Order: sequence, then C-alpha cells, then structure tokens
Amino acid sequence: MFTLFFIDLGRKVLSFMYFFGGLSNLAIQTVYLTFKPPYKTGRIIEQAKKAGYDSFPIVSLVALFIGFIFALQTAYFMQRIGSELYIASLVALSIVRELGPVITALIVAGRVGASNTAELGSMQVTEQIDALETLAENPVKYLVVPRFVALGITLPILTLYANIIGILGSYLICTIKLGITSSMYMNVTFTSLLYKDLFTGLFKSWIFGMLIALISCYEGFNVEGGAVGVGKATTRSVVFSFIMIIAADCFFTALFYFIFP
Amino acid sequence: MIEIHKLHKKFNNVAVLNDLSLDINKGQTCVIIGRSGCGKSVLLKHIIGLLKPDKGKVLVNHKEVAALNEMELSALRSKISMVFQGGALFDSMNVSENVGFSLIEHTHTSQKEILERVEESLSLVGLGGIGNLMPSELSGGMKKRVALARAICIRPEIILYDEPTTGIDPIAADSINELIRSLHDKLKVTSIVVTHDMKSAYHIADKIAMMYKGKIILEGSPREIRESKDPVVHQFINGLAKGPITEAVDNFK
Repeated sequence: MFTLFFIDLGRKVLSFMYFFGGLSNLAIQTVYLTFKPPYKTGRIIEQAKKAGYDSFPIVSLVALFIGFIFALQTAYFMQRIGSELYIASLVALSIVRELGPVITALIVAGRVGASNTAELGSMQVTEQIDALETLAENPVKYLVVPRFVALGITLPILTLYANIIGILGSYLICTIKLGITSSMYMNVTFTSLLYKDLFTGLFKSWIFGMLIALISCYEGFNVEGGAVGVGKATTRSVVFSFIMIIAADCFFTALFYFIFP
Repeated sequence: MIEIHKLHKKFNNVAVLNDLSLDINKGQTCVIIGRSGCGKSVLLKHIIGLLKPDKGKVLVNHKEVAALNEMELSALRSKISMVFQGGALFDSMNVSENVGFSLIEHTHTSQKEILERVEESLSLVGLGGIGNLMPSELSGGMKKRVALARAICIRPEIILYDEPTTGIDPIAADSINELIRSLHDKLKVTSIVVTHDMKSAYHIADKIAMMYKGKIILEGSPREIRESKDPVVHQFINGLAKGPITEAVDNFK
C-alpha cells in the first residue's frame, strides 16, 4: 500500500521534473531564436491578431462584470462603516495590481493557450511538424517564436484594456446605484493609483503571456496518440497554465512587495 | 549516395532498427519492403535527420547526418525531400502555399517565379489549377500528389517516399508509380520508397530491400526478389497468411 503510494508519488515527481526540464529547454531555444534573424513579422502580426484582437470581446465582457461584482461586494462592507467613497480606490488598486492581469491571463490561457495546443498537437499527430523540419524550417522558430512574441506584446495591452473596463464597471455601479458623484469617483481613483501599481501589473501580464505561449506550445509539441492525445494535452495545457499563472503571480507579488514596498 | 552503417534504434527498450546496413547509389530507386510497423518509416526519418541513431551512422553524400550542425542540416535538407504517408500538408495554407513553402521561406525568388514553379510542379502530378484549394478540400489521393508536388518543387537530388500508394485507388496509385519512375528517368533523382505494395515495388524499383526484425535480410533486383527462396521474403511478397513471419508472431502470443 505504502510502497505503491511512494511509487506513484515518485512517478509524479519525475513527470513534473521532465515537464519542467522540457519547458526550460523550449524557453531557452525560443528566447535565442526570437533574437536571431530572419524575423517572421508577418506571422507575429497574424498571431497577435488571433491572441489579442480577437480576445477583446470576451475580455470586455468579463472585465465589466468583474467591475460590477467587485464594486457591489465592496459596497456591502463599506456601507456598514460609512466609507463608500473608498470603494473607488479599493477597486482601482485591486484591479490594476491583481485582478486585471490575472483574470485576463486566465481568459487568454483558456482561449488562446488551448487553441495553440490543439493546433500544434494536430500538426504533430499528422506529421506536419516533421514536414516543417524536412523543409529546412525550425519548428520552434516558425511556430513558437511568433506566439511567444505575440502573447508577450498583446497580453499587457489586453490587461491595460481590462483594467479600464473593470474600473468603468465599478464606476457605473458607484455613480448610478450608490450615489457617488462622477468627479469624486475619478478623483479618488486617480489619487490612489501610482505608476508602480500599473507597472507591476503589466510586468506580471508580460510574464503570464510568455508562460502561456511556452506551456501551450510545449504541450502541443509533445502530443502522443492521435485525437485522444490532443484532447489530453489541451486539458493539461490549460491546467498547467492556470497553475503557473497563479504561482508566478504569487512569486512576483511577493517580490514587488519587498522591492517596492 | 546514401550509406547506412550498422544502424541501431530503440524506442521504450524495443529495438526497431537492429544493426541495419544498406547502400543506395546516386540516381537509384530503392524500394524498402516489410510489414507495417517494422521500422521502415523510422529508417527514412534517420536519413533526413528527424531521428538520431542510438548506434551506427547514416551518410548522405559522404556526410554523417547525425553529426551535422543546424546550418549544415538545413543545407542538406534543401537537397532532400520527403513525401509523408498522410501527405502532411499544412492545414492553414492553401495548395500553392504548401507547394511553394520552401521557395517562399528560404529563397529570394520572385512571387511570379514561385507561382510558375508551383504550377509546374502541380501540373507534373496532374493537378494543375488547384492552387487556391485548401488541403481539407482535397481527397486522400490528391493530398498525396500535392505532397509529391511540394517535394519536387525544390528540385531535390533525393526523394524519400513513405508509403506513397497506400490508401488510394489503383489508378491514382499507378499514376504515382509512373511519376516516381519518370522523375528517376528524367531528373536522375535518387529515390527511397517505403511500401508494402508489391505491384508498386516491382514497377518502380531498381533495387528492392526486404526489412525484417530491424535489419535488411535480402536486397536485390525486382527479379531476384521475386525468385528468392528465402521463406520470409517468399511469404511477404506473395502475401501468405502462414509462414515464418506469422509463426514468429503466433509463438510470441
């Protein structure tokens, strides 16, 4: 019983180390090839459209609802202590520093990361990636680098946009339902926000974007076993992306807390 | 000239290639026959450098493939083409972009010239005028022929074919056989064809090599293979259910 438990645990540890080693290897190759000419600008723009531009509708919807919900939940307590005005600062700080980057990254991991893994996984099982190599094209350069660069650029932009929409959602609730004046809301919001709040949030989203690209492509490249394998890899890609986003968020939040107290 | 010396390759501790040696001369069409799953495709992937051997070496034009750096391998691959079993056409690109992929990505050829080369390659495989179609709009046979057009578009010295006639109708299969033959005759292309279609093998081969248990057990002209007394070769080329190949599998069970 115990032996089986330890064998299973050992397998899981080995499997995680294998995953982490493979991911690190892909990350090193990708960073190296990102700076090595020729630059595939056309493919980066194509991926940026798929990852960024096409994500605007869902990011808008989710960010607006988050703004609504967060304002209402905060109001529940703030009204009891008579401090409704501080809803604006609390919402602004929470969204810009934490909720905006994390929620946007989770949306993109589900929408774009899953699509990347499924696409690359299908290419793997139909030998299209082997075909790329035989045509003297490096699959990492051709498939991973454009996604890596595109997500690194578009995720901070999407996050900035989500921050604005989230604050707008909260603004609508506070001005329409809670009786806070528009000028007062804006004034409190901008007084409470510092540049470092915006910078730390966008820095984290840049890291999240690169993580999503690397994990989704790594899982796509390692698909085995046809359609079932593609399905499993897609699930793994989304789950690992979620875990890595939260872990990276925890790490960088702690780091920034001590570097920029 | 392709020289394969004592090649060994294992996957999950199962020996797929086991001390395999084979030489293919320039301009020769060599057909490798053997049962499905015996490692024929693995052998092709070693020749083009997609897989590295555990032991032994593959030399193409006197250069060891596994020892080449990235640039040398790219240069070698610009002279070798591979036609994959399922075609391996890129889903996101139309037929023209698939066929002209190498020219678009690796040369400074003008767009007009690329289009001409693409159309010429498609016409050679009997599919002129379908450049705007997507791979999903093609039949299995058409996909194989487009894959062949992609392979010949770069005017390679060597073409590797992975089961080019499997899964397509006999007429399309025969036209692919004719095409392989004419590429050999007109362009003096060296070809390695992996197949278990004996009709195709007899039609196109200068030399046939029989692969069994990870090694080449017999090689010779189509006539020598047809007249071979080796019981394994005899069972395979005549498609017999009973014989040493199936007995080995039954004993294992």
